[in-house]
Amino acid sequence: MSEVRVLVGTRKGAFILQADGKRDKWEVQGPFFGGWEIFHLKGSPADPNRIYASQSTSWFGQLIQRSDDGGRTWNPVGNQFLYDGVPGTHQWYDGTPHPWEFARVWHLEPSRTDPDTVLAGVEDAALFRSTDGGLNWSELSGLRTHATGSSWQPGAGGMCLHSIIVSPSDPRRIFVAISAAGVFGSDDSGMTWRPLNNGLSSGEIPDPDAFEGHCVHHIALHPSRPEVLFMQKHWDVMRSDNAGESWFEVSGNLPSDFGFVVDVHAHEPETVYVVPITSDSEHFPPEGKLRVYRSRSGGNEWEPLSNGLPQRDCYVNVLRDAMAVDALDECGVYFGTTGGQVYVSPDAGDHWKAIVRDLPAVLSVEVQTIA
Amino acid sequence: MIRVVLPAHLKVLANVARDVQLEVPGIPTSRAVIDALEARFPALRGTIRDPATQERRPFVRFFACELDLSHESLDSPLPDAVISGQEPFFVIGAMAGG
Repeated sequence: MSEVRVLVGTRKGAFILQADGKRDKWEVQGPFFGGWEIFHLKGSPADPNRIYASQSTSWFGQLIQRSDDGGRTWNPVGNQFLYDGVPGTHQWYDGTPHPWEFARVWHLEPSRTDPDTVLAGVEDAALFRSTDGGLNWSELSGLRTHATGSSWQPGAGGMCLHSIIVSPSDPRRIFVAISAAGVFGSDDSGMTWRPLNNGLSSGEIPDPDAFEGHCVHHIALHPSRPEVLFMQKHWDVMRSDNAGESWFEVSGNLPSDFGFVVDVHAHEPETVYVVPITSDSEHFPPEGKLRVYRSRSGGNEWEPLSNGLPQRDCYVNVLRDAMAVDALDECGVYFGTTGGQVYVSPDAGDHWKAIVRDLPAVLSVEVQTIA
Repeated sequence: MIRVVLPAHLKVLANVARDVQLEVPGIPTSRAVIDALEARFPALRGTIRDPATQERRPFVRFFACELDLSHESLDSPLPDAVISGQEPFFVIGAMAGG
């Protein structure tokens, strides 16, 4: 029988939640790396026993941990994230030039085909690649050195490269998203890049529809439709039907189009999930009701999903990497909150249940579906 | 032999339970101690010093003989009591947070 393994990164360690295909009874393992911030863990699609984890603290910096046995044991691998050449400057919050400084790894994206190849999105925004299981990292510096790079500015959470999608149809095509620079795409395995922000409009920048500078919170696609991208921007839920060449808004009837997460059903490419958050200054659900919104039409028409979720006095947030779906026949949807809950819906969002309620603030959730 | 006391998180990473005894070649300095520590425990590379600048991380301190050596040159000789092993060299995670 199939199993699911939910990989949870939190402010104070990593946790692994495991269940069989019913997703009813859960075993909780952890904390791994207790006391450390775990921004992200992700398993290799090519070898589910291979898991990478980003571990950091303000005291002791960045480490990358690797497990080769499904998370039972871990070993630190390489943590030298050195920018190519003289890194130059980007814009600081006050508009002055600020040197590029490595802070942490926000997102790890293992290759679909090679367990030893993994991409890392870092703060200050840049993309690194390892082809030896995380021992050594090289910057794909064409992104950071893009002509617009010196004008990129951090969002409130830092200038982070937080989303990485390698196209399932063409591994040379990579999409990344940076707060607050926007979406960039490469068609040559990360050597050269161009902004993909046509159609975005952001009131927080001087030119609302500028080429770059948009605070994109997360992007997602369905493997069967590699040209269709969904985006949760700072404000606005957006969609592109042409691999990011242009975007149009699909916020529709959402109670708020501010939020962080967006994800797509494992088997229905037009079924999309978001968690509306009240506003940029109120990072909690509207009316204190935690609701996932599902669109079965690729956006615009959204239905609230609240069965099993708290519908009063709930003031948690759901951060950008904290939603995932499994690949079982009846698609499971998962998300974690800053209040330490991890919720599962084994029926595509109709019913929800907390797997755990009292973890440290959840930073990321990923799911492995294991045959 | 120089005795080095690590903070809890770095003990876990280095997989040691107690003080670390280090043979430090040449004139023992803070830099030489950290070099020897990283050579013996590669998992600690980058945790005490920034890998790009080789500067001590801001929330890490070096103490010995009731002195804060953090702002001394990394190349200053360590106190005799540390060199003789009488007193340990402390790597400290600075107090921060609430």
